[in-house]
Amino acid sequence: MIKRVTFRGRLLPWLLLAPQLLVLLFFFFWPAGQAIVQALFMVEPFSGELQWVGLLNFEQLLASPAYRRSILVTILFCAATAGLAMLVGLFLAVLVDRTVRGRTVYRTFAIWPYAVAPAIAGALFLFLLDPAIGVLAFALRRGLGWPWDPHLDASHAMVLVVLAAAWKQVAYNFVFFLAGLQAIPRVLIEAAALDGAGPWQRLLRVTLPLLSPTAFFLLVMNLVYAFFDTFGIVATTTEGGPAGATRILVYKVWEDGFVGLDLGSSAAQSVILMAIVVSLTVLQFRFLEKRVHYAG
Amino acid sequence: MVERAPLLDVLTHLLLLLALAALCLPVWLALVAASLPLEEAARVPLPLLPGDRLLENLAAAWQRAELGRALVNSTIMAVGIAAGKIALAALSAFALVYFRLRLRWFAFWAIFLSLMLPVEVRIVPTYEVVANVLVPVHALAGWLGLGSALAAEGAGGIAKLSLLNSYAGLILPLTASATATFLFRQVFLSVPDELTEAALVDGCRPMAFFRLVLLPLSRTNLAALFIILFVWSWNQYLWPLLVVTDPAYDTAVVAVTRLVPSMDALPRWHETMAAALLAMAPPVLVVLLFQRAFVRGLIEQDR
Repeated sequence: MIKRVTFRGRLLPWLLLAPQLLVLLFFFFWPAGQAIVQALFMVEPFSGELQWVGLLNFEQLLASPAYRRSILVTILFCAATAGLAMLVGLFLAVLVDRTVRGRTVYRTFAIWPYAVAPAIAGALFLFLLDPAIGVLAFALRRGLGWPWDPHLDASHAMVLVVLAAAWKQVAYNFVFFLAGLQAIPRVLIEAAALDGAGPWQRLLRVTLPLLSPTAFFLLVMNLVYAFFDTFGIVATTTEGGPAGATRILVYKVWEDGFVGLDLGSSAAQSVILMAIVVSLTVLQFRFLEKRVHYAG
Repeated sequence: MVERAPLLDVLTHLLLLLALAALCLPVWLALVAASLPLEEAARVPLPLLPGDRLLENLAAAWQRAELGRALVNSTIMAVGIAAGKIALAALSAFALVYFRLRLRWFAFWAIFLSLMLPVEVRIVPTYEVVANVLVPVHALAGWLGLGSALAAEGAGGIAKLSLLNSYAGLILPLTASATATFLFRQVFLSVPDELTEAALVDGCRPMAFFRLVLLPLSRTNLAALFIILFVWSWNQYLWPLLVVTDPAYDTAVVAVTRLVPSMDALPRWHETMAAALLAMAPPVLVVLLFQRAFVRGLIEQDR
């Protein structure tokens, strides 16, 4: 879309666009292109020439048990993080939406964890769940008799990273669910009440169905978050361990690229991740179109 | 409220208090640990009330993690990225909305595609560009047949320009923003055409219109956007970890993670937690102080 009334000038608009386009060329498109090239070619060790290897890197990657494990771990991690963060966010939003007094105070207390860096959230939960001195670890051991140790037990390590990742994301979901709840026309709720629906029935039959566009949008956003913004959590807590139990895809790209120095494999992994972001973005914009329908 | 249900109201408040207490627990316990001496902080279970050693521990953490320098670095990085994103986005949106451009679709799609390329998916090649920004220039020159001219310029080989261990390296690669560009585009599209007509009649030049009309009109969006971007930039971890090897450029978040005890070292959790509190304080305070703008910005930004 463009204005009916516009300014004239050929050079000026391109000068205005130039800074952003240059940053994109140097730091976005060039590296993305390099990733594709590095995935499809192999650098000859001596001559430095590029040799076409086609899909070999991808085949090796998909055949490697470590990468398959990493895919499964990522799916589990993303589903658990998105599910937990959305459920808690919805729970808090429904409660706060019911209150009249103290609403702003409650909102404040629910929002601030958003501002904590994932890497620091990881450190907080590492302390909370440290097998030797962590408070929660102590409660689990003493209260439930579970020998808790995320350094040794795969599922304990997964619980640790999921808790830290979801904790930080609850605030985001809360904000959107609360906005969604407040956008629901009061008349609908009142009409349901007049028809004899109690609070619980109104929640299940009226409010939640009307929230579904918000929920779908949040699902995509939470998956994007769990996929790409949680490197810091894994890096400060489990470092992918024990034995790869929490090695999510983004952590593996970094590890193979910078620790293992396997450029071809790392590049092929980058290309796969790009495909994942593209599909998530397409999903998101599909939804945006739907929401326009919904409003109109 | 639709009907009176006092019992349900009490239950609501009770559940809220419980849930929010659980949400605040991790940071509360960090505060408790940060206020105890070493031997108390390592006791099992940890006391649930803070002690009186907070200031001493904060001072010790400040020294060990060199937090003074790290906080300055984080501030420079966060303000730089936020301001850079806003500046680039506002200028691009102005060009896209207020000019009849040939190849407009090209600029639009280039910006849109960047949504799909977060740093995390192109780590190694992005690092290579930052280690030598001239690599793409050399390659492009080579394709265009100018290779020899450039190679001759850099005496004795290929010219090199590295952004590793510099503020430019921390800031510049993160300053493009499709979401901010689309947000400004939305705002500019809602500005009435009559204003532009009036400005044209008065002989207003494009940049004067941008500065005197558009920027003041989008002030509230700008403030909200700045808060979101400041928090996002402050909390970056992967990028600073890659670009910085010289501790002089460590950001606060990276400095804190260096204090996380490894398995075989004597844990000094009280200092780690004190450092964590200091490093998370600036973005948390920004969010709390500007809560309204923050919530608006979050919902407007959509992504």
